[in-house]
Amino acid sequence: MSTTIKDLLVILISSSLISNVVLSQFLGLCPFLGVSKKTDTAAGMGMALIFVITISSLVAGLIYQYILVPLHIEYLQTIVFILVIAALVQFVEMFLKKFIPSLYQALGIYLPLITTNCAVLGVALTNVTKQYGILNSVVNGFATAVGFTISIIILAGLREKMEYNDVPESFKGMPIVLVTAGLMAIAFCGFSGLL
Amino acid sequence: MNEAGERLYNGLIKENPTFVLMLGMCPTLAVTTSAINGLGMGLTTMVVLALSNVMISLLRNIIPDKVRIPAFIVVIASFVTMVELLLEGFIPFLYDALGIYIPLIVVNCIILGRAEAFASKNPVLPSLFDGIGMGLGFSFALTCIGAVRELIGAGTLFGAHIMPASYVPCTIFIMAPGAFFVLATLTALQNKFKAIGEKKGKDMSKVGSGCSEDCMNCGQSGCSSRKFYDEDGSDGPVGKVEPKKKSVKKSEEKAEKVEEKAEKVEEKAEAAEAKAEAAEEKAETAEEKVDVAESAEQNETEGKEE
Repeated sequence: MSTTIKDLLVILISSSLISNVVLSQFLGLCPFLGVSKKTDTAAGMGMALIFVITISSLVAGLIYQYILVPLHIEYLQTIVFILVIAALVQFVEMFLKKFIPSLYQALGIYLPLITTNCAVLGVALTNVTKQYGILNSVVNGFATAVGFTISIIILAGLREKMEYNDVPESFKGMPIVLVTAGLMAIAFCGFSGLL
Repeated sequence: MNEAGERLYNGLIKENPTFVLMLGMCPTLAVTTSAINGLGMGLTTMVVLALSNVMISLLRNIIPDKVRIPAFIVVIASFVTMVELLLEGFIPFLYDALGIYIPLIVVNCIILGRAEAFASKNPVLPSLFDGIGMGLGFSFALTCIGAVRELIGAGTLFGAHIMPASYVPCTIFIMAPGAFFVLATLTALQNKFKAIGEKKGKDMSKVGSGCSEDCMNCGQSGCSSRKFYDEDGSDGPVGKVEPKKKSVKKSEEKAEKVEEKAEKVEEKAEAAEAKAEAAEEKAETAEEKVDVAESAEQNETEGKEE
């Protein structure tokens, strides 16, 4: 499968903006709603997710292409992917702690949180469903995570602004955040005519 | 069979996973574009839940405590794969409609949560009925949400036209934003009932408040194995409605909760320890986690003083 720069750009835009991982696919809702109280923690979470998803789509792609396909055991993909991702996150955490402490300081606390995040598994499975090659998978993973980061930072910004607003009693907390997310989803629907 | 009935009632009404515990919100939002999709997803989850509960209950004395989470995940993932293949073979339209969300049942909090909270501690038969009860509760909830969205968004119910011909469908409700609005209304209603219940002095501690809290709590290793909000120094779970006037009783309750939280964090740190082979490094993480719990506790206390 030959890939051109144009293909990659299309994947980049469509995965990050048009079919945004949180706002149109509902993957990774837990960190999206849970860590979006402040912009800096939201950014940290986003960066950690970019890091993990990019690496995990590379590893999952390699394993699928060179182990599962030659052995004709593609049907085991779900089991293999979830275990690989869980192990990989643990490994990345240990590696960073040992060799790149500065990066570990920045991302460390977020890494264990995404061990079994549905977005990570979702991207690995999407790559297989759409029959992406290794390069396309990595770009797709990166773009998806960038989409997540964009939306979580926007939501965190909105929540910081909303903190002192007068919200009806029963809508305080989660419900108003969900309404905000819904409005963001409407805004992101606007991107659908982009390609 | 009395016990079986009790488990079914528990799953369907008392601890309904969607309406009461607020678990597994990701599939709830994604597949409820129509009542039939919701029902299909619910029943699929129920099958996986019942089978994995039975298997985990059978294996509960064999699985070592330290590697139980990975073991549970393997069991669940195997059943999900089986169900996926069966759906592809026999109910292809549902397979196409649910798509990627079938394999993602693996990371559904409800299943791991029930495995950890019930099946790993109880005999086979109650675990089976617990799975069926929870699954039925989930199916019921998804069908309801799907029906509401389908009725408003397309004017149909299970594919049959219900609304008069002059009704203009509000398409946004079957699109992504509609899911968020429906869930927002649902959690707002839940907050309302919770407030009423608390006024009457009922114990509402089991009632969850949105995905952000419970996805991380369930079975100590749900969507993600640890809590997020401790890290950013906030004064409590994001989804919780903070009452303005705190009575003495409530602050006592809160203190209890903090203790529970600290315990949970410790337990979670242990689970994480089990996962990694490098015991030394992991012990450090565990210490950090306990520290985090303590700082969260401090934050809570400060919040109370304010």
